[in-house]
Parts: sequence; C-alpha cells; structure tokens
Amino acid sequence: MLSENTARLLKQGAIWGFIVLELIFFSVAGHFLSLSEGAFMDLDNMLLLLKQSAPIGIIALGMTVIMINGNIDLSVGAIFALSAVVLLDSMTWPIFDGLGDWVIPVSWLLALLTGTVLGAVNGLIVWKTGVDAFIVTLGSMLGYRGLVFMYNGEQPTSELNWTLVDFAEAQFLGLHTATWFLLACTLALWLMMNKTVHGRNAYAIGDNCDAAVNAGIRVGPHMLKNFMLIGFLSALSAVVFYSESGSVNPNDGSLYELWAITAVVLGGTKLAGGSGSVISTFGGVIAIQLLRKGLGYIGSDTETVNLVIGLILIAVLYLDRQLNRKGKEELRI
Amino acid sequence: MTKGTPALRLSGIVKTFPGVRALDGVSFDVMPGEVHALLGENGAGKSTLMKTLAGMHQPNEGDIFIEEKKVVMRSPMEAKAKGVVLIHQELSLAEELSAAENIYLGELPTKSFGRVDWATLYDKAGAILKRLNCSFGPKTIVGDLSIANMQMVEIARALTVDAKAVIFDEPTASLTDAEKSVLFDIIRDLKARGVGIVYISHRMDEIFTISDRISVLRDGAYRGTLITRDTNEEEVTKLMIGRSLDLTRNVQPAEMGDVAIAVKGLSCGKLFQDISFEVRSGEVLGFYGLVGAGRTEIAETLFGLRTPSAGQILIDGEVVRINSPVDAIRRGISLVPESRKEQGLVLGMNCKDNMTLPQVGDLTAGPFVSDGAEIAIFDQYRDKLSIKTPGWRQKVGNLSGGNQQKIVIAKWLSMQPKVLIVDEPTRGIDVGSKSEIHSLIRELAKQGYAVIVISSEMPEVLQVSDRIAAMYHGRLMRIFTSQEVTEDNLVQAISGLNSERVA
Amino acid sequence: MATMTRSSITNILAKQGILIAFALFIIGFALANNRFLAVDNVLGVIRSSAILGVMALGVTFVVISGNLDLSVGSMMSFSTIVVLDLHDKLGPLMAIPAMFAMTMCLGAFIGFLVGYLKLNSLIVTLGMLSAIHGLTLTYSGGKNMDIADKQGTWFGFFGRSDILGIPVPILFFAILAILLSILLSRTPFGRKVYAVGGNGTAATFSGIPRARIVFLTYVISSFCVACAGLLQASRSLGSQNTVGQGLELEVLAAVILGGASLMGGSGTVFKTVIGVLILGFIQNGLLLVGLDFYVQYVVTWVIIILAVWLDIAAKRGRLLSPIA
Repeated sequence: MLSENTARLLKQGAIWGFIVLELIFFSVAGHFLSLSEGAFMDLDNMLLLLKQSAPIGIIALGMTVIMINGNIDLSVGAIFALSAVVLLDSMTWPIFDGLGDWVIPVSWLLALLTGTVLGAVNGLIVWKTGVDAFIVTLGSMLGYRGLVFMYNGEQPTSELNWTLVDFAEAQFLGLHTATWFLLACTLALWLMMNKTVHGRNAYAIGDNCDAAVNAGIRVGPHMLKNFMLIGFLSALSAVVFYSESGSVNPNDGSLYELWAITAVVLGGTKLAGGSGSVISTFGGVIAIQLLRKGLGYIGSDTETVNLVIGLILIAVLYLDRQLNRKGKEELRI
Repeated sequence: MTKGTPALRLSGIVKTFPGVRALDGVSFDVMPGEVHALLGENGAGKSTLMKTLAGMHQPNEGDIFIEEKKVVMRSPMEAKAKGVVLIHQELSLAEELSAAENIYLGELPTKSFGRVDWATLYDKAGAILKRLNCSFGPKTIVGDLSIANMQMVEIARALTVDAKAVIFDEPTASLTDAEKSVLFDIIRDLKARGVGIVYISHRMDEIFTISDRISVLRDGAYRGTLITRDTNEEEVTKLMIGRSLDLTRNVQPAEMGDVAIAVKGLSCGKLFQDISFEVRSGEVLGFYGLVGAGRTEIAETLFGLRTPSAGQILIDGEVVRINSPVDAIRRGISLVPESRKEQGLVLGMNCKDNMTLPQVGDLTAGPFVSDGAEIAIFDQYRDKLSIKTPGWRQKVGNLSGGNQQKIVIAKWLSMQPKVLIVDEPTRGIDVGSKSEIHSLIRELAKQGYAVIVISSEMPEVLQVSDRIAAMYHGRLMRIFTSQEVTEDNLVQAISGLNSERVA
Repeated sequence: MATMTRSSITNILAKQGILIAFALFIIGFALANNRFLAVDNVLGVIRSSAILGVMALGVTFVVISGNLDLSVGSMMSFSTIVVLDLHDKLGPLMAIPAMFAMTMCLGAFIGFLVGYLKLNSLIVTLGMLSAIHGLTLTYSGGKNMDIADKQGTWFGFFGRSDILGIPVPILFFAILAILLSILLSRTPFGRKVYAVGGNGTAATFSGIPRARIVFLTYVISSFCVACAGLLQASRSLGSQNTVGQGLELEVLAAVILGGASLMGGSGTVFKTVIGVLILGFIQNGLLLVGLDFYVQYVVTWVIIILAVWLDIAAKRGRLLSPIA
C-alpha cells in the first residue's frame, strides 16, 4: 500500500515522467531505426511539436476545467469547426470591405463570440433542464455540426489573408504564435483554477456537489461560465489554426473531443470531477504529440499512433484504479 | 441552567414525508452554554429533527426560534448565517481541497478580479484550527486527513460564524478514545463560550459524560426531558424504548437442530478479528454492537463479498470456501442486507422481478423465463408474508418500507436457504411492520432456518434472539444466552467496558 | 376511471412520449408530402437505417447494463475492412466467420476491461475507439479495401438483394431485432442485464455475476457491430478505413432517443428500433419537404434534448432543474 502523499505525488508527476520516458525512448530507438538525419530532440523539431500541439491543447485545457467541474463536453469539435467557418467567411463579408486588414480583429472577435455563445447554449441547457452534460453535448455535437454543413454544404470555406498567415507563422523568442497562445492559455487557466474563487468553487462542485450546494455555492452559474469558457477556447483554437491554413472543411475538428478528453485523462484529471490540473493536461497534450511525432520518427506507420494512444489511455486508467484501491479488505461489489 | 433565553427553541414541529409522519409535534430547546443530548433509536426521528433545525428540511407545522425570535430557515446557508450549524454525521467535505478552503467553502475571502485572498483565508482558518488544537495546518488537503481530523474541519466550519447553537450528529461514531476526549474538550470550550450544543448519540456513556440535559424521541414524538445528573441509564432507556426492558421475553425456544453454520477464528484485516460462533437450525443468533463494530462486515464475509484474512466457515460441519455470493447462495446462505434501497432492491423493477431475481435462471420454460412459475412464487410469498401490494406489476420503489423489506426477505425464503442473515431487519420501518417482521423471524426459526439477526436496537435483538453476540471494535466480546443477558451486561460488552473481564 | 388525472396524463406522456412524437412526425410529414408514406420510400428509409440500427441493437444492451460503448463506429470500420480483405484471401464462406471471430474478440477485450477489471466504460471505449482505428489502418496499410471480382461473388447478397421485394438488410435488421428483443425481454440473461444496470450493488447482493453480465453485453454489442460490418461490406463491396467514423455517437443518439437512460436499467430493443426509425424518417422527411440535408442534425439535436428533458421533468415533477 502506498501512502496518500506518495500516491498523490506519483499521480501528479506521472505525466512528466512519461514524457521523459518517451523522449529517451525515441532518441535511443531513433538512433537505430530512424531514416532521417536529424536527432529527435532537435530544437526545431521540438518547437514544431509545441506549435502542432496548440489546437488540441487549447481545447484540452478547457476540457480540463469542464471535467474538474464534473461535466463533459463532446461538442468542442463542432464548435471549433463552426467558429472556423465564421472566422474565414466573415473576412469576405461585403460590409467589412472598407476595413482592409482591420477585418482580422473583427473576424477574430466574431469567431470567438460564436464559440462563446455556442458554449453558453450548452451550459444553459445543462443548468436549466438538468439533463446530463454528456447527452446535452452529444446532441449539440450533432446540431452544431449540422449548422456547419448548412452554412456551406460540403464545400470547404476558404479565405487566405496573407497578413494573417504572416502573423500566424511568426516566431517570437523562437516560439511560434500558436505556441504563445497555448502557453498563455495554460497560464491563464492555471491562474483561474488556482487563484480565483470561481476556480476553487469549480473544484468544490466537482468534488462534492451536495457539500457545495449546502455551502451556498451557486452551482448553475459556475457551470455556465465553464461551458462558455470551453466554447471560447474551442473558437480560439480555431482562430489559431485557421489563421494559418485559411481553409476549413465542414468535417474538420471531428474527433477533437476524443483527443482532448484523452489528453485530459492522461494528465490525471479525475473523471468524476473535483481533481485535476491544467498543467498536467498540458503535459498530456505534449505526451500525445510526442508519441505521434516519435512513432513517425522511428519509422512506424503514423497509423500505429492511434493504436498506441488508445492502449496507453486504458493502461493509465488501469494504473489509476490500482493506485486507488483500498486493499484486500475492500467489499467486492 | 435551564433559565433565561434559549439559544434555540422548537415548538410543535411536524414533518411528514409521503406515507410517514417523521416528526409529530416535537418541542425542544437548548440554552446558551448547555449541552442538550438528544436520544432515540434508529428511525425515531433524530436526524429529521436535525435536518429541520439546520434548514435542510422545512417543517410542515411548528415554529423555530433563535433567542426567542421566530425564524424561517430555507437552506443550510441561511441557518448558518443565523447561527445554527450542523456537524454532519456523514462528512460533507470536498476532499481534494485544503482544510482552509473547506472551512470557508462558499465564502472564500476575495481580492480584486475574483481572486481568492489566500493570506486572509489561511490566517483565519489557521486561527480557528489552532483554537481547536488541531495538529494540522490550514493548507493540508482534507483527503489526507484521518476521519477524526476531517471532523475537526467540519467543526471548524461552525466556528467561522458567531454560532449560537451547534448540532453534533453522532460525532464519535468513528473516533478513537483519544480523539473522543479531544472532541469533548472542544465541546466544553464551546459551552464555556456560551454556545448551545445539541448532542445526538446513542452511546449512553458519552451522554452521561458530556450532557446537561437529555431529551428522548420515540416514533417521531417527544417523550420527555431529564436532567442528566438526576437520572440514570435505566430511566433513560425506559424513556427511549417506552417500557422497562422485559428480559423474560415471550420467545418460545424453538426446537433446535444441528449446527447449520459455524465460524472459527474468522478475521478480515482491521475490520474484525478472530470471530468464532455457531448457529443451529431453528435458532436465532443476534449480533448487537455499535455502528462500525464489524457486524455487517462479518455478514458480508459470510456472503462472499469480502475475502477473509484468516479463519474457517463450516456449513453442516464441512469447511467451505465462499468466494462470491453465487457460492454463498449455493451453500444455502442468504443475506438480507443493511441498506434496503441500495443493496436489497432494484427499485425500478417490479415486485415479482425483484423477488425472483436470484433464481430467475432456474424459473424457465425452455430458454425463456416462465411467467407462470414466477407469479406462482410471488403469490405464494405475498400471502405467506402478507405483503401489501396492488399486484406483481407494482414497481417496488412505490411500496412502503415494511413491504419492501418483506420482498427482500421473500426473495431469499423462496430459495429455501439453510442460513438466513438479516442485517438491521427493521431500519426505517414503521412500528406496526416492525413487530410483524419480528414475529416473522421467530416463525422462520421455528420452521428450521438458522437465523442471524444483526441489529443496533437493543429491544429488537432481545426480542428475537435465542442468544446474543456482543461486538465491540471488530471483536466478539461475548455470546450471551437468553438466561444470562441483562441490559447492563449487554451495554457494557458493546462499549468495551468489561473487555478485561472477558479477555 | 372516469376522469384522467393530470398526473396520469404526464405519466403516459413520459412513458409513451417517444411513440407519440414519432406518430406526430409521420403524420406531419405525410401531410406535407404524399411521397413520404409510399412503400418504396418507407423501405428506402428503413434500408438506409439498417446498418445504424443493427449497431444500436447491441449498444442497447450495453446502455441498459449501465455502461457506454463509443467504440462501435471504429469497430464497424474494422470488421468491414477485415471481411473485404479476407473475402479475396479465404473466400466469402470463410471470411465471414473469421471476421465475426476477430470483431467479437475485440468486444470480449472491452468486456473484460469494463466487466472484470471494472474500468470506466466511457474512457475504455474511447481508448478502444482510437486503438481499433489504429488497428484498422495498420491492417489495411492505410489503403481502401476493394473486392477484386465484384461481379463474380455472391457476397453482395446481404447488402444488395431483395427477398420477396423486401431488401435483405431490412430483413436482417428485423430478424436480429426480434431475436435480441426476445433475448432481452424473455430470458434470465435479459432480466439480469436490467438488474445490473438498475442497481448493480443489489444485483451483486442477489448473487448475479455482474462482471460476466457486463462482459456479455459487450460481446453482444460486438456481434451486432460485426453484422453491421457485414451489411456495409456487402452493400459497397469496397470501403474506406473510416466508414464507421462518428457512427458511435449517432448510434448512442438513437438509443437515447428510444428512451434508454444512460444511468442504466431502462430501455428496450423495440424502443431503440423506434429511435433508429425516427432518425431515419426525420432525415428523409426533411429532404422530401425540400429542406437542406443537414437540417436533420439540428432537428435531431433538438429532439434528443427535448426527449430526455421531458423524461426527467416528468420524473421530478417540474420542468426546470432545481439547481441554483
């Protein structure tokens, strides 16, 4: 049996230990197997990795907050796509013709607003109807995706704005724009969850909802805020990604919810809520991206990534259960 | 002490739930600087009364006064703001958060932009914890604390407001003796500060140690108040169970057969150790002890739900291994569990399906469940146990507690077991059904079943058992025959008072 | 009873709400477009719902036992790819049982994890969604799979032919639905599935081997997925790796729409069939009245939320949640 503290430390450190293991494994294995010249832990490679982590990463951060709060959001991929469509399409709207490059902040704002509103719709339904968040967001995942398709059929929505591309591809202090967004979001959410009353109450609600209610915490508004937050972050993720790519397919972002949840669970956030950390989720995101790149690097099919990640997710769940067992005296229910 | 303005006063409180009158015109008061103990058996209405006091229930009739001002408390928050705080029996803490955050849950001090003012929070919480002589700091994660220390956090919550009355609901249920004395010091300290304390427990020794007055509830009604120093346990018990204990019970000793089940040196980790007893067919063995003494855990082990760490179980003289309820059922052991709603019944299923659940695999015609066979069993046991239900299609969740319990008993009787274990047979059941179930248990023994009854209610074990096993802290202190048992020696055995003498 | 009380009306609405909604839909669309109830249209709708429907039948078992299965979509891709591949290697007669065995091994693995190891079904099946997707891609080398000789095989029978004017997929769906409905409602196993989902603790206390029951629901689910894969492969005789992608959530939507509670313990095969048909007819009806194909998603969203909401509201006796 492990003491409480050791178990806690082990859980918090686990994801970083896993990342280190991955780095060592791919560096060593790559030495023998890799076809490419460069080392795996090459700086450019790592910077690129951070950049590529950003879209899922930003969403996963929001998912952490939602899950700490004791809910789940399956509609993030659809919100991502719809916000992207609004972002790119609004740049071509005739009313903004006179704005020149000033259309960029306007479009960004519109996209972010879209995401926030869609999140608010989810949150309001969960709050007011009392229907489980899983079902509500399962429904809106279909519904929001439907809106995406209704917007432009199966055609991609494209608009490449070179000012925007330059901005997205810029590097500041070596880091790409997308990386800066990811880091800023991580910091902001960490501050929110650890330093603000809203964050602490979100933990309390996910941990023991009855106790929170009895202590006079208003559960509904907190949930609503968190759903708005994850909507906003999904949109932000779209803004970061599509500023550079400039073209959105109506199916983009599907399965993002699953990737985000995987990263959150790898980071050690409890499914039942009440415990978890955005920093660990950041680690989870990096771990997944590292695995993707690493497997490619050592020459295995990129397809294997899905297999490996799925199995790792299950293994983590199994370990977590073993760590939380009460020993032999436990009632075998 | 009983003069002046009561800190908290209730008058004529009536609280009904569908089908139950939980509180029937209860009046009660507590003075500042007084410890007023509230006693009653399980189901007497204590916890309903507490929840009403703490704003979790709204009374249907009657008034609540704080310092003689009439108040309405719509939520625990409102009660707390008015100075009435309940220390829950089931701790209501967010275990992943720090002690300080739990103490100020819902009322975290803030700075600009909704930031938590950690310095103030830790200062204030630290001061309270210090006042309680706690060994841990405000930053400790609550989940890492012992149960006793978690309780300290609950108590600390009460001190964040200017509490006029603090209600302790069975606070010592899971405390060691050392922890208990710390708790009593805290209660005395609160008392010295002029706080009115309502103390709920059914441990006599504690109540006589700590309280100034004792009030008794029975069947949802107020039965009287005694001054602690002018009374004794006997008088209190009489008030609690409504009559003097009649130890020459009208239990007809049943015809006893052979030993049906024997247990030798059974242990399960820290839960219980070295338990040995035997039950003959036709006999009722009662297990009496406080909550947490290990009685239920023994039953669960016999039923294959826990793995024993040592010892043997013998059925009809043959050593058996029971690894699962399936094994237990095959060996003829059945268990009517402690919690009817969580363990005994699938509330969404109908009466018939619940009753036949363990044997549905055998009630078949070809590969299909035979409705006819099921209904035959249902009809037979409905009549036998006089279960009141509109029909087998009735959802079991819609029945009264007594009838639900009969369905659970019928579920096992219809399997013709050798050994029937009944854990808290009448918890939350109205008085009429109680005596029905008691006579049913006697009747079953007469028919040759070996019956084990686990109960926290002394009159119940005394009434139904041929012999009584007294448990204390995971140990079997003594098995009394009905000739030997007295209220006194039974209470002593389950409080561990005469442990030296027995050991 | 001479007078219907208000509570019994809400009761009926809550219990049969989904059937009433279905009837209203049919009537509405039938009035709006006279093609809607034409035999060929109805058959067409059911036929195109059959694959989703077959998968939903299996997931119904999983959901009633109180768990989730998000892996059915990628498992369906797997079985489709496998059977197409083996068709050319082993011949159709051997390919079909081999594919069933492989798919059901996956189901058994999930059942082991959720049933015996008691791991959270949402995360396990989420992981398996990803893992099986990877498995499929590895198996196929990322390429589409096609049967070489599309004319010369009888393999298209399951997806393409008619018997007595009724398309085989419909017959397949109907027969499977009847068999599974009997299994769930008439056998001891079915009763135990309800008990495990309704109150797993009480089921254990009644001597029901909960782990084995949960395990078996996943085996059944994977059996249904294999059937769906067979229908899909047989209909198209060639497939992409991602043919089942996203179906897991549509399947779940159909099951929930049919009134199964995610908490477990309630739902029936019949109601799931209704749920599947509602999804199919909405899609078809909206198209017939000239609306955009994708409006169906939005309508489905609204219907799912309304269905579950009304169900909960009837149970708690008030429309809005009491959460502050």
